[in-house]
Amino acid sequence: MKTAVIQFPGSNCDADALHAARLLLDDGAQFVWHTETALPEGTELVFLPGGFSYGDHLRSGAIAARSPIMNAVKAHAEAGGYVLGVCNGFQVLTEAGLLPGALSRNKELHFMCKPVHLRVENNATDFSRAYGPGQIIEIPIAHGEGNYYADAATIAELEEGGRVVFRYADNPNGSLNDIAGIVNERGNVLGMMPHPERAVELLLGSEDGKGVFESLKTVKK
Amino acid sequence: MTSQSLRDQAATFGLTTEEYDLFVSQLGREPNALEAAIVGAMWSEHCGYKNSRPLFRAFPTTGPQVLQGPGENAGVVDIGDGWGVAFKMESHNHPSAVEPVQGAATGVGGILRDIFAMGARPFAVLDSLRFGNPDSPRTRFLVNGVVDGIAHYGNAIGVPTVGGEVTFHPSYQENPLVNVMALGLLRHEDLATGTMGEVGNQIVYVGSKTGRDGLGGAVFSSADLSAASQADRPAVQVGDPFMEKLLLEATLEAIQAGLVAGVQDMGAAGLVSSTCEMAYRASLGITMDLDKVPTREEGMVPMELCLSESQERMILVPVPGKEQALHDLLAKWELDVVTIGEVEAHDRYRLTWKGEVVCDLPVALLNEAPKYTREGVESADIRAARERDLSGVPLPGDLGAVLLELLSHPTIASKRPIFERYDHQVMTNTVVVPGAADAAVLRVKGSPMGVAATSDCNPRFVQLDPYAGAAAAVAEAARNLACVGATPLAITDNLNFGNPHRPEVYYQLQQAVQGIADACRALNTPVTGGNVSLYNQYTEGDHKVAIHPTPTIGMVGVLPDVTVRASLNLKAAGQTLLLLGHRAEKGWSDSIGASQYLETVHGLEAGQVPPVDLDLAQKVVDGTLALIRAGLTDTAHDCAEGGLAVALAEMAIAGGLGLNVSLDAPASVRADALLFGEAHSRVIVAVEDAAAAGAKLDELGLPYAVLGETVEAPKVTIAAPAQHVHLSVNLESLKTAWEEPLKGILG
Repeated sequence: MKTAVIQFPGSNCDADALHAARLLLDDGAQFVWHTETALPEGTELVFLPGGFSYGDHLRSGAIAARSPIMNAVKAHAEAGGYVLGVCNGFQVLTEAGLLPGALSRNKELHFMCKPVHLRVENNATDFSRAYGPGQIIEIPIAHGEGNYYADAATIAELEEGGRVVFRYADNPNGSLNDIAGIVNERGNVLGMMPHPERAVELLLGSEDGKGVFESLKTVKK
Repeated sequence: MTSQSLRDQAATFGLTTEEYDLFVSQLGREPNALEAAIVGAMWSEHCGYKNSRPLFRAFPTTGPQVLQGPGENAGVVDIGDGWGVAFKMESHNHPSAVEPVQGAATGVGGILRDIFAMGARPFAVLDSLRFGNPDSPRTRFLVNGVVDGIAHYGNAIGVPTVGGEVTFHPSYQENPLVNVMALGLLRHEDLATGTMGEVGNQIVYVGSKTGRDGLGGAVFSSADLSAASQADRPAVQVGDPFMEKLLLEATLEAIQAGLVAGVQDMGAAGLVSSTCEMAYRASLGITMDLDKVPTREEGMVPMELCLSESQERMILVPVPGKEQALHDLLAKWELDVVTIGEVEAHDRYRLTWKGEVVCDLPVALLNEAPKYTREGVESADIRAARERDLSGVPLPGDLGAVLLELLSHPTIASKRPIFERYDHQVMTNTVVVPGAADAAVLRVKGSPMGVAATSDCNPRFVQLDPYAGAAAAVAEAARNLACVGATPLAITDNLNFGNPHRPEVYYQLQQAVQGIADACRALNTPVTGGNVSLYNQYTEGDHKVAIHPTPTIGMVGVLPDVTVRASLNLKAAGQTLLLLGHRAEKGWSDSIGASQYLETVHGLEAGQVPPVDLDLAQKVVDGTLALIRAGLTDTAHDCAEGGLAVALAEMAIAGGLGLNVSLDAPASVRADALLFGEAHSRVIVAVEDAAAAGAKLDELGLPYAVLGETVEAPKVTIAAPAQHVHLSVNLESLKTAWEEPLKGILG
């Protein structure tokens, strides 16, 4: 699956995203600098990596969501192309209006880096097919602002539509309904706070994140 | 200002009157005020090492593994296959004492610039932190601030914080220590240096604009702390990790594209020290136009432009002919880029401002600060404490309770509440997370190798016996690396001491340097660089509180195969526990001297520091590595603070398994010395095949003892028949004692 990893100034999981994408999806995966206005020809997956884009100035992800490349990313999503936003990438997706809700400060008010357990709530999406229904997986989190919030109507819509893909088994940050990752209505845009790209090699402790990439790989074109 | 009043004010520039006179006589004229301030900064301890450098001649600095020794932004070791590791440790003690968040944050930022200035991509940070009384509000304020600062900077820039130390002792109450070590990875061909290169080269300023922050920081950090230091808060800089991330990427891209002839971070004493040191290394002169320096505010004067320590600024010297290419590349990263001067065929450090020459000094004179060799005298109080007879110290009735008390001492207790606030996994190289083993381990992508790093020092040992204590720190670092399966390669040191003008402090510095030198020679770990932080002394009227002397050792090692390694957690029941380094007749720790136990339980810092046998230290490193690499063990842990009993308990807690050991020490050994004494050169391993492990150790001539075995039952049982000890504590109590204390200190 031809993959483009977007680099904003301040992205810091960009190289990790590229590494995982090359390992599991596309050995020709490449970076795209935020000032570009078009994605590389034939891009199938846009990966918005973690980090502190624009130094988290204003709000996490707010400035990145308005950078030139994001018009191309929105067009890609509207055309049914896949978009995966992890951590700061998830924040960018909510700021860009590609996913509903917002991510506010963790309830403990500080940054947290640790492995957490997630339950795969919906394994029928193109991002989660490789997992079993209700499977418990271990993937690390590393964020200060991962507390998912949306109004009651939106939460109900997400729940009823099966759009909550991953849920924390033991909520670390105060997210409503223990939400760790959601998809858009069409199912081609996933945002999640935990870092699947950090859990794709046993050497680093867990390969439970591989399923996200393997799911995408098996999508029928 | 007249020259007479300049002389009177020499102290405000950080010079003694004698130093001022020496400068004038060598210069052959009176300086102007700017020149006096520049020489004051360059001759500060921080930049000029005037009290410490003469001692450094004792250090071994060469070896086949050393690609870059002392004198550059960072040292570099060869790890094989064309890879090198740049590493260095630096202190940010004084800034952290007055403004902990920014003090610690800019400590991280500064050391990272030293690493990428070598052409290496920073890939790990370790912090060695020392605080005062854990119960005091000031300590809570400092701990929370420092941890926030490290997290703020390290997490944002995306370099994992993978290890370090956090300890508590009243001597650091007013003057905490924040020592930050960073490692970077490079291909040999990308190694860069801080030189001006050749005549005609341009001098390019890149990064943040220059502001009025951090003015006089080098001088500030080279004086005692006092209540008045709070007024020096403007001497603390403010960091911007976002800017540094851009600077990092841009600098590395420029070096790798072959556009850079020389590069250096603007650190202490800012623009002046960076350009002056680069000129000195090239043995050439330079002229710079201060009007070209990008400024954050209007009306800045030469003194401010020269000595500001605004963060995130670098000096780059383009390869001749590549000037435009370099400018274009830096502009892509949205950085300020200005050519501010040129390298010339003379020996002067010349600065112009508004068309006038405002500084014209010999480069060599600025870089060759006077060196002092002082008379060191041991403090009589410390000698008395060391020689104190400890035979009257009462033996506690309940040794199980002592074990719990030691595990819950904040120095020993779990640091999880701290390291969970640091992103320790970004860059996806962290193979061993903080707390899981005696050293951090990172993989090298595209290679089978791993890199291990640790920082170590037991300041109580150094206080009581600076020579033995410093040697012990080097030996402990080597053991910690061996316990993860890494061959020790080299060290960087961060020498934190009190005021060297006091003979008893100078004595400590002298002895500690010799101890480090001898241990590094014996263990084949040369010194590739370091940092000196003196004047760690808090003055209140006539009352002077110096910190415990703390020569922090940062050591780096290599694992030929990162999958062949060990960690400290017990992994299976039914394995045999061996104690390596045990010498038949005197193998058991037979002294409580200088131990954490003696301090915590009896309130005494006294007794002889256990002697360091460097030959045995090397054998224990070799033996531990041999067992790991032969596949005979994947579980190893060094015995340090709290002795054998604490080490065993830590292994059980981490593994969630019990153990059952019996110590057959002779009756002449005290029970507390046996359990909690801190004899060196001891490593505990758990092995499946005790006979094969024994044969291997015999072959190497390394003495060892069989302690007992690991068990399923969640209980730590330690017996010592001759001492009538039978201690049995359940794992849950040990775990609670160890896990809870730091949670209460962090807000």
